[in-house]
Amino acid sequence: MLTGRAMFVDDVNLPGMLHVAFVRSMNAHGTLKSVDVEAARAHAGVVAVYTAEDLGDYSKPAPLLVNPPPIPGHVFHACTPLPLAKDKVRYVGEPIAMIVALSRYVAEDALADVVVDIDPIEAVVDLEAAMAPGAPLVHPHLESNAAAHVVQRKGDYATARAAADVLIKRRFLYDRGVAAAIENRAVAVEWNARAEEMTIWDTTQAPIPIRNGLAKMLGLLESQVRVVAPFVGGGFGPKIMMFYPEELLLPWAAMLLERPLKWTEDRQENFYATTQERGQVHESEMALSRDGRILGVRDWFLCDTGAYDPYGLTIPINTQCTLLGPYDIPNYDTEFTSVFTNKPIVTPVRGAGRQHGVFVSERLLDIAARELGIDRVEIRKRNLLGPDRFPHNHEIMFQDSAPLVYDSGDYLPTLEQAADLIGYERFIREDQPRLRAEGRKVGVGIACYVEGTGIGPYEGARVTVEPSGTVRVATGVGTQGQGHFTVLAQIVADALGVGVEDVRVVTGDTREFHWGTGTFASRGAVVAGSACHAAATSVRGKILDLASVVLGVPADRLELGGGRVKIAGAADNGIAFGYLAGRANPLRGAVRPGTEPGLESTAYFGPDRGSTASGVHAMIVEVDPETANVKIQRYLVVHDCGTIINPLLVEGQIHGGVAHGIGNAFFESLVYDGQAQLLNASFMDYLLPTATDVPSIETAHRETPSPFNVLGLKGVGEAGCIPTGAVFAQAVEDALGADPRIEIREIPMSPNRLFELIEEARKS
Amino acid sequence: MSTHVSVDVTVNGARYRREVEPRLLLSDFLRQDLGLTGTHVGCEHGVCGACTILFDGEPARACIMLAVQADGHDIRTVESLASPGGDLNPLQAAFKSAHGLQCGFCTPGMLMTLTAFLRDNPNPDESQIRDSISANLCRCTGYQHIVHAVQIAAGSRPPGD
Repeated sequence: MLTGRAMFVDDVNLPGMLHVAFVRSMNAHGTLKSVDVEAARAHAGVVAVYTAEDLGDYSKPAPLLVNPPPIPGHVFHACTPLPLAKDKVRYVGEPIAMIVALSRYVAEDALADVVVDIDPIEAVVDLEAAMAPGAPLVHPHLESNAAAHVVQRKGDYATARAAADVLIKRRFLYDRGVAAAIENRAVAVEWNARAEEMTIWDTTQAPIPIRNGLAKMLGLLESQVRVVAPFVGGGFGPKIMMFYPEELLLPWAAMLLERPLKWTEDRQENFYATTQERGQVHESEMALSRDGRILGVRDWFLCDTGAYDPYGLTIPINTQCTLLGPYDIPNYDTEFTSVFTNKPIVTPVRGAGRQHGVFVSERLLDIAARELGIDRVEIRKRNLLGPDRFPHNHEIMFQDSAPLVYDSGDYLPTLEQAADLIGYERFIREDQPRLRAEGRKVGVGIACYVEGTGIGPYEGARVTVEPSGTVRVATGVGTQGQGHFTVLAQIVADALGVGVEDVRVVTGDTREFHWGTGTFASRGAVVAGSACHAAATSVRGKILDLASVVLGVPADRLELGGGRVKIAGAADNGIAFGYLAGRANPLRGAVRPGTEPGLESTAYFGPDRGSTASGVHAMIVEVDPETANVKIQRYLVVHDCGTIINPLLVEGQIHGGVAHGIGNAFFESLVYDGQAQLLNASFMDYLLPTATDVPSIETAHRETPSPFNVLGLKGVGEAGCIPTGAVFAQAVEDALGADPRIEIREIPMSPNRLFELIEEARKS
Repeated sequence: MSTHVSVDVTVNGARYRREVEPRLLLSDFLRQDLGLTGTHVGCEHGVCGACTILFDGEPARACIMLAVQADGHDIRTVESLASPGGDLNPLQAAFKSAHGLQCGFCTPGMLMTLTAFLRDNPNPDESQIRDSISANLCRCTGYQHIVHAVQIAAGSRPPGD
């Protein structure tokens, strides 16, 4: 990657390759009356043009990827898209026709030759308007724009409410944006008609399910299809979304045309055609006792799912579950309605709905603290689950269809350490009053979160000692820069007793390993790592067994290290693993009964449920009183992701997550107009945080091992961005003097919006 | 449309003469015509910086230049940084030791931007480093380990710190 040699999907160039561009809907909502492609077909250099009609039987709604958990009484209407729109368009950017040409330039030229006739229908944009009686329907076969409705209950909120000394009731808006991986999506396909083999290079986080699904849809054996996710330039969620129209259509057309094809998304398309995460509207209430103990929470929310809902209910259920945070909340009523709108499809983006829940509970606690006259850190301390409460069953269901059970945690020391490291007491008592006296608006924020990570169903790994002594590891999870190569190599190296440099890891190529699901939900290291550990442990057993025979001593007298096995205490170097690998695969002589050739094992790990990571973020900000610009002076993360395999990589994950969270809190906003046209579909107008916006992030690690896997691992991939909005809001409010007239109840909070809030408060 | 124009350009020390369409982007010329796929394209509107190359020694965005504009000029891409034997140069080695990259997609643009920056500012402080890469977007790292890598390359931070 440093030398420019790493292969990304767009780097695939094959002889005779054709290039693809898509005609996309310019209207968010309308009746698709006709698509005239004759002129495009006649365009010089155009090889083929396809519309929904041309697809025949291949034009089927995409599969539902994630079934809703079996929550009693839930309603869910699955509406998944066709590869190419037919009869109706439901969002700007929905693909209508596919153009195959000699070059991408020619394919894009021919886009202008396609005549699309759409009769516009009023667009469904706003969540609450979408649910109002008489709203236009995104899916007219349904009675309303409700895609789903779920109620989950724990305890008895009504009784808790009646017993409360104080009720904090607020409305919150939390919006999110695009994942903005710097690499856009891409698909390249080669159909070898003679060998009847298909190779698909795909910027996916889930190559194995893509292979299996495409094989089925194309009428091929799974073994005839190879999906490679080579180096992938950032995932962050949307690249887990499976069976994008482009992924379905290029393989189909490659078989028909018997030519290699490639499509690479451009940045503007990425704003429309790649899934994104967006907003929720919450009406929430927290019931507390006078001493600041949470008696219960009631939360009701609307959740934007976009034009279709192929990813089920993962996001809103994450919101429901993560709202509980590290706190002891005995009574909880939570209800949501997922809403169809005429905007791009919503699927998880790093954090995946967890931010919304954390924002609600942390903001309610902040407001309660202010109204009760209790310090913000103190009110949190009073409500944290103690170390004797694990495993803790929250009595509601998580997105993986398992009960929400926290495996382990040690929350109070994490909060105390964060408060100590940020200098919370000193800041409140000394620094802030002094700086305020100078007219400076400085504030501190501190917020807690948990993250359900490392969920099932399973991953697998194959570990092989080659005769050269090199250890090969193959696993199914794709990698998008998280450091899987390093982490998995470390796990295997430690289990076997070889150097990390002697371990070669292959991921994301179905020819190398074809069982598994993918990279999502902060699960790569936890689930694939545990599988690697199991496979390596099994290989270790085989090494010991064979060495015992070769050396003529019992296995318990042998020790492994440096890629060699020797008799404990012996002066010689023993024998190399590579030699044993050769002995284990003889050209003559039978494999002994009960043994297998080679030093190789495959193992799987399927956790019953995820492991729960946790942490506390704290920040100190200064608000410019004239411009409302916020400068982050310090940002601190104390986190607990169980056993740490590699601190540098963990920090890298946290830094990136926090930067993403800062973008979400302050900069990134998808601005749709009244007809659901996105007004800022470029990096000129949609602002990602830059190196001058993101501060140096201070980190401290704590390790509370998970009892759910042998290594004690918990995930860390998403943690950095989960509480950022909550801590940002609290710190900015504090900087503005904890004035009850300025409550930040929405994210993102741009300087413009903050300026408005300050002005409104000043006038009131 | 298909009238071709001759381009004579030096890339990474090698001279190339090609007939190209006038509208061909320099990034596409490098990636497709010359096979130098290390130069990445992230936004095609000159904002993300992934496609940054050195154009007569100065950082430039290959995605908003035309190949014909490179006629008679000298270009360096990320492929020029390591030795022919594959040894990383000090900046690349610092990126590796500081975990200055995750997915690696923005990395070529970062490296080319920083190559010119460190040549002109051999002893930068942190704010100068952040300023220098403030027009290169990275979604993975939060920039911190990139800053560390530059400090290591500039000798103001020990490797592995």
